[in-house]
Amino acid sequence: MNVDFSPAEQAFRQEVLTFLDTKLPANIRHKVLNGKRLVRDDFMRWQRILFDYGWGAPYSPKDAGGTGWNHTEIAIFDNECVDAGAPGLIAFGQKMLAPVLMAFGTPEQKAHYLPRIFKGEDFWCQGYSEPGSGSDLASLKTKAEKVGDKYIVNGQKIWTTQAQFADWIFCLVRTSNEGRPQQGISFLLIDMKSPGVSVRPIIMLDGEHEVNEVFFDNVDVPVANLVGEENKGWTCAKYLLSHERTGLNLVAVCKRWMRRLHHIARTEMANGKPLIEDTHFRDRLAQCEMELMAHEITLLRTLAAIAKSGSPGPEASIIKIRASELTQSIIELSMYAAGPEALAHIPEALDPAWHGDVGGYDYTPIVAGEYLNMRKLTIFGGSNEIQRNIIAQHVLGL
Amino acid sequence: MEFSLAEEQQQMQDSLRRYLEKSYTFDDHRAQLKSSDKSTGIHWQAFAEFGLLGIGIPDDCGGLGDTTSVSGEGVFSEDTMIVMASIGRSLMVTPYLATVVLCGSVLRQLKTNIDCAAALAAIAAGEKKMALATYERQGRYQLSHVATTATLTADGYILSGTKTVVIHGDVADSLVISARIKNTVSDKQGIALFLVDKNTPGLTVRGYATNDGMSAADLSFAALHLPAAAMISDDGYPILERAIGYGIAALCAEAVGAMEALNEQTLEYSKNRKQFGVAIGTFQALQHRMVDMFIATEQARSITILVALKAGSRDDEQRDDERRKVIAAAKALVGQSARYVGQQAVQLHGGMGVVDELAISHYFKRLTAIDMTFGDSHYQRGQLGELLAA
Repeated sequence: MNVDFSPAEQAFRQEVLTFLDTKLPANIRHKVLNGKRLVRDDFMRWQRILFDYGWGAPYSPKDAGGTGWNHTEIAIFDNECVDAGAPGLIAFGQKMLAPVLMAFGTPEQKAHYLPRIFKGEDFWCQGYSEPGSGSDLASLKTKAEKVGDKYIVNGQKIWTTQAQFADWIFCLVRTSNEGRPQQGISFLLIDMKSPGVSVRPIIMLDGEHEVNEVFFDNVDVPVANLVGEENKGWTCAKYLLSHERTGLNLVAVCKRWMRRLHHIARTEMANGKPLIEDTHFRDRLAQCEMELMAHEITLLRTLAAIAKSGSPGPEASIIKIRASELTQSIIELSMYAAGPEALAHIPEALDPAWHGDVGGYDYTPIVAGEYLNMRKLTIFGGSNEIQRNIIAQHVLGL
Repeated sequence: MEFSLAEEQQQMQDSLRRYLEKSYTFDDHRAQLKSSDKSTGIHWQAFAEFGLLGIGIPDDCGGLGDTTSVSGEGVFSEDTMIVMASIGRSLMVTPYLATVVLCGSVLRQLKTNIDCAAALAAIAAGEKKMALATYERQGRYQLSHVATTATLTADGYILSGTKTVVIHGDVADSLVISARIKNTVSDKQGIALFLVDKNTPGLTVRGYATNDGMSAADLSFAALHLPAAAMISDDGYPILERAIGYGIAALCAEAVGAMEALNEQTLEYSKNRKQFGVAIGTFQALQHRMVDMFIATEQARSITILVALKAGSRDDEQRDDERRKVIAAAKALVGQSARYVGQQAVQLHGGMGVVDELAISHYFKRLTAIDMTFGDSHYQRGQLGELLAA
């Protein structure tokens, strides 16, 4: 047994590091590493840079125009990108829609949409949840009625991340009320510029605009935008879930935030000494460190299992739960370490151009907002309660 | 042994709650958050009319005098707890803590000073808002950490230094400021207290909103000249300690009010929100969570009762020690409960818990801020540990 990367994997890692060192724009790196607000252009620009390097589709197989990397290489790539301060690739296009198109799309759909994702020409968002359908996604009601050669879509999606930047949205819509709810769902691609599509921002508790409601009012969608068979959309959604779970590992984010936490602990003073020397605080820091060590190895075990058998073993279900809770612990401790000055509400501080006086350090105006924002981790992406149900049923057999 | 409110207290709580339910709804709160007027003037007048600004203020200074639950010499009023719990319950933005509790507590201990007596009367009459400026950067909750200096001159003092996160310092008409007249930075002795008008030349007040909807200020003193009479105490530490103790008791009460509201709203949501064809409140995992939130709130309420009774203990060695332990324990436990209830209320509301539009996240932010005021739960537990080991 060993937990080391193979020589080939290490060489790959070095290749990624060199790429990031030379190609990641300094201003984007600065924004990401300092918790500043990102805009659409940051994501699209980075996507284009990757494409120009030949890495425009890091999660896709070679025969679909991708890099053909295995799960371990993907994890190494993601890890180093986060570490270096690259913006997360627009997950919805790359990680969610692209695999679905490859598995269920027509040759025309693949030829049209995939290159536009990989080149950074189309920004995609995901239309899944509805006000009445969160954990119970299958109960969704947004209706797509077939009339001639088009669907007429009416309804509403919610929690649509970055819909305000998006050119397109892929939606689960209801095309039949017969049978079980899952049996009447279709996977539909909708142009955000279609008449009848409107976006309403939802402001979160940190004051930022990240998610939205998207309304569909008699929106015409060509039948050609249906992916897979009508009423077989739930199969597409389930296909994605099996791919998704290791993606939400957040190991690299945890590591970067642990490094910052150490910095905070050595900068802030308590009782005339650096906070790191306060044993009460240090115990909690140690707790985060040991949980992170375990979490990273669980991720590696999962990757190794996928490499051997092609599908994630039971370890994969633990990943999302631990990732979300550990990230929350680290940012919570970071906020407490930064102290009461972190309570100041300075939204301008998230603007990359701002250089005001915060009465603290660089991290002071950032960490509380991150603490508040990260409460979403245990809720979005399949709530941790649902994840525990999955483990109970499918792992423990309860 | 008696844990019920007296009749007049019950009436006071009822009328205050009625007022807040009518005049400070969540919509009012959201309007307040957008407003540039952080002083909540209308409500301050209403508080004056209700007599709430006179709570804990001696009757010979125009206040309501000593009320029930006097434990020895220091007074910490149950009435204050009622007001603070109602504030917590309604999310009200108000400088009540800063003015009536913190500064009221400091000035009350110094009421033989004519300026302090006048300030107390102004507070009780609703004429003055005040703030206590004592904490400094890198002091990290340590009350004796005062690096701001007060240098003696021919006709007074010159203050030099900074203060940080002064609660409601941005709306204060005058401030109580601690500054060191002798000894080193963390020495408990040598700390003086000054009463300073906000318009005094040399005093810079930089106000800002805080995440929880309240506001605060950082102060800086650049050659701040004060007359000798501005010094109201040359031994400020014991006075500050007692005042912060009352402030802690008050925050505990506010937190309990907020937690109660969160539990009620979460329970209601769990009964109405349906997924998979049933109310989510029927899921056992969520039921147990809500039970744990309820228990945490009740424990917080219990220790808040204890700290209300003990925060004003008479100054003798044994009681002093007991008082300090209870204050640390209360702040630590209420902080833990507040964090737990706040986080879980958000979690149980699903996506709705993290939006600005609903009250849930606002209560969560206020509870977070309460935990980080006057010593977070980790710090206070450490303090308790040291007291236990001594």
